Amino acid sequence: MAEHHPKGRLDEATNTETVGHEWDGIEELNTPLPRWWLWTFYACIVFALGYSVVYPAWPMLSSATQGTLGWTSRGELDKDMKAAAATRAKTVAALADMRIEELPKHPELMRAAVAGGAAAFRINCVQCHGAGAAGSKGFPNLNDDDWLWGGDLKTIETTLLHGIRQPGDDATRMSIMPNFGSDGLLTAAQIDAVAGHVLSLSGKARGNAEGAKLFADNCAVCHGPAGKGSRQFGAPNLTDAIWLDGGTKDDVVAQIGKPHMGVMPAWTGRLDPVTIKMLAAYVHSLGGGEQTPAPEPEAAATP
Amino acid sequence: MNKPPDMTQLSLYAKREPVFNRRIDGKFRRIKWAIMALCLAVYWVTPWLRWDRGPYAPTQAVLIDLAHRRFYMFGIEIWPHEFYFVAGLLIMAGIGLFLVTSAVGRAWCGYACPQTVWTDLFQHVDRLIDGDRNARMRLYKAPWGPAKIARRLVKWAIYLAISLATGGAWIYYFADAPTLWTEFWSGTADPVAYATVATLTATTFVLGGFMREQVCIYMCPWPRIQTAMTDEKSLTVTYKDFRGEPRASLKKSQKAPDVFGDCIDCNQCVAVCPTGIDIRQGPQVGCITCALCIDACDRVMHDIGRPRGLIDYATLDDAEREKAGQPPTRHLKLIWRPRTLAYLAVWAGIGLALLFALGTRVHTGLTVAKDRNPPYILLSDGSVRGAYTLRLRNMEGRPRRMEIAIVGLPGAVMWTDDSARADAARTLTRTIPADATLPLRVYVVAPPTTAAQDFTFRVTAEGEARETALSEVTFDTPQEANP
Ligand code: SF4
Ligand code: SF4
Repeated sequence: MAEHHPKGRLDEATNTETVGHEWDGIEELNTPLPRWWLWTFYACIVFALGYSVVYPAWPMLSSATQGTLGWTSRGELDKDMKAAAATRAKTVAALADMRIEELPKHPELMRAAVAGGAAAFRINCVQCHGAGAAGSKGFPNLNDDDWLWGGDLKTIETTLLHGIRQPGDDATRMSIMPNFGSDGLLTAAQIDAVAGHVLSLSGKARGNAEGAKLFADNCAVCHGPAGKGSRQFGAPNLTDAIWLDGGTKDDVVAQIGKPHMGVMPAWTGRLDPVTIKMLAAYVHSLGGGEQTPAPEPEAAATP
Repeated sequence: MNKPPDMTQLSLYAKREPVFNRRIDGKFRRIKWAIMALCLAVYWVTPWLRWDRGPYAPTQAVLIDLAHRRFYMFGIEIWPHEFYFVAGLLIMAGIGLFLVTSAVGRAWCGYACPQTVWTDLFQHVDRLIDGDRNARMRLYKAPWGPAKIARRLVKWAIYLAISLATGGAWIYYFADAPTLWTEFWSGTADPVAYATVATLTATTFVLGGFMREQVCIYMCPWPRIQTAMTDEKSLTVTYKDFRGEPRASLKKSQKAPDVFGDCIDCNQCVAVCPTGIDIRQGPQVGCITCALCIDACDRVMHDIGRPRGLIDYATLDDAEREKAGQPPTRHLKLIWRPRTLAYLAVWAGIGLALLFALGTRVHTGLTVAKDRNPPYILLSDGSVRGAYTLRLRNMEGRPRRMEIAIVGLPGAVMWTDDSARADAARTLTRTIPADATLPLRVYVVAPPTTAAQDFTFRVTAEGEARETALSEVTFDTPQEANP
């Protein structure tokens, strides 16, 4: 170690040996490191060795050494998740006990529910409704104020629980629009006329008498005589500016001829009731949420 | 000069040479005492000063409230988004170091650096317990026995007590000091407090008690930066070799005063040096310019009837002048040089800018984040809605009512997620709690034919015209997509 460098010579000013190289007239002094530095270095090595014994470290053929502490990153995550669940437990319990209509009376819980719903939405709903819940053609935009089945908390929760057109769920949202074209119920010319009438309802086209008549005979049952739609059947309002399946003449003609009817999973059983409540709160919070209507005693009396 | 090292003994690793610096009294020693007392007093007293901020804010004058992300300094309260004040202060501290270095050399190292202050303190403990230089050297060489062990234990206990009292005091800057004090000593404080105290006590104990000059020479980056910053015009502690050399013992030089210089090789300058170096070898990284060697040598010069200042604060340039027989330049003139003035200008510029920002800042804040996904929503009546998340800040210690208004965007109204659409209006008011941020999700709805455009949210504290914050944002519409 302490070899005398053959080219090393004593630096005049400091009396220190040089390392024997010279760069542009600058020589490096062979100043010894302090010994505590060496001991610090050894201590680090000892620490590292100890560390690799207690924590997983050494690669073996199929996996790595386990470490005597039994630590795993998965276990760590598990602990974190459990801790997070524990901090959420109170909120979750409160939400589980509460009817969703009561939620607006508890702003703290509402906020928690909206935040939880936003997270759940990102996992379960974005595939169809998009990351911003803005939907796309055929997939409803959940931000706007147009609701096929209703936009209050309770109704949104029901939609989530039972889905849309889900076979096997008795309470699912079910509505069917006939295939007027492909089943031969209306001729192409008639469909064209009805489409013209439908577009006239929102001022998008000039109306026509034949279309109005055909509408009254075939469509008013669900969409209402004025085309205002019906939430009972999930029939869209045809007089507003929002067109789920497109608002051009071609779109409307296609929708009458062979309607596209969206489906949505029933989330009962796939998501726990609290998560579904949270999702409903989140969707309700997007800007189009409606007040829950006060229960009407007469309506309850006449089934 | 030094003996050449024995090459066969030269190791890659050198043992620390213990420093037994002698007690010395003198002008600079007294300045050092005063600065140490001042530093420690400021450090200890600051967290205990009170400052009344009303019922909604802490009453500690200087408080770094990490939990609530606030920084209180007397009448000033810094919010996280105003961190540029802290950044500015740090930059000023950095440039301040350059400024000081340029003007008076390593004054920071010699007087104010915590490492210096602590080393100094611990060296006094050494003297108190083990005696002055010679006694300590004797004890160092003495074999371990009960007496030596007892002395060491007493000394280290005192080190530890000082470390606890100084390093440990740092926590009181981060919480209400009297409360934390009680909690700390009753064992109910946060574990973080104990961990911090333990860490800082341990580092003070090791760095101040044992590492000492090793920190300055091997661990601290500052001396390295300084060696690049100092030049022949920098004020340093200089041994005037033209006057001292050739040196000889007092006896010899008295016999031949014309042959020998003023240095009588009494080694007093080396004996008092806290880093254990010999300043007569010229400027070196180990010299922290504490000037204790000046005190020592001045005393020697006084005793042998020579003028003081064989070792003195001087620039190398000035030493050359003196060597050439010219009178020394006055210190003030050494300090005022272009480089110093340039640093001063930058330093003061930043300081004034910060003061200006402090004087003109309002205690009302607004940041707006626009929803980008989706950028707009078409509503069933054809009108267009945009969503914005507003954060209203009330930076005063009392709740304040504020009015939020839409400026521009004709025909637009807004409502929030805590109000009904039926109540939509051009303005709305909210009460923001004291010293708090109120998040508010705002829906702005504009008539069907509105074109995409920018508009402004304005927040005004009620009855305070100056307290206004504006934020300009975009309103997107479908028309924008197909113009
Ligand atoms: S204290 Fe002054 S006289 Fe004594 S050795 Fe140092 S420089 Fe020389
Ligand atoms: S050489 Fe003098 S000024 Fe430098 S550290 Fe030692 S005593 Fe202080």
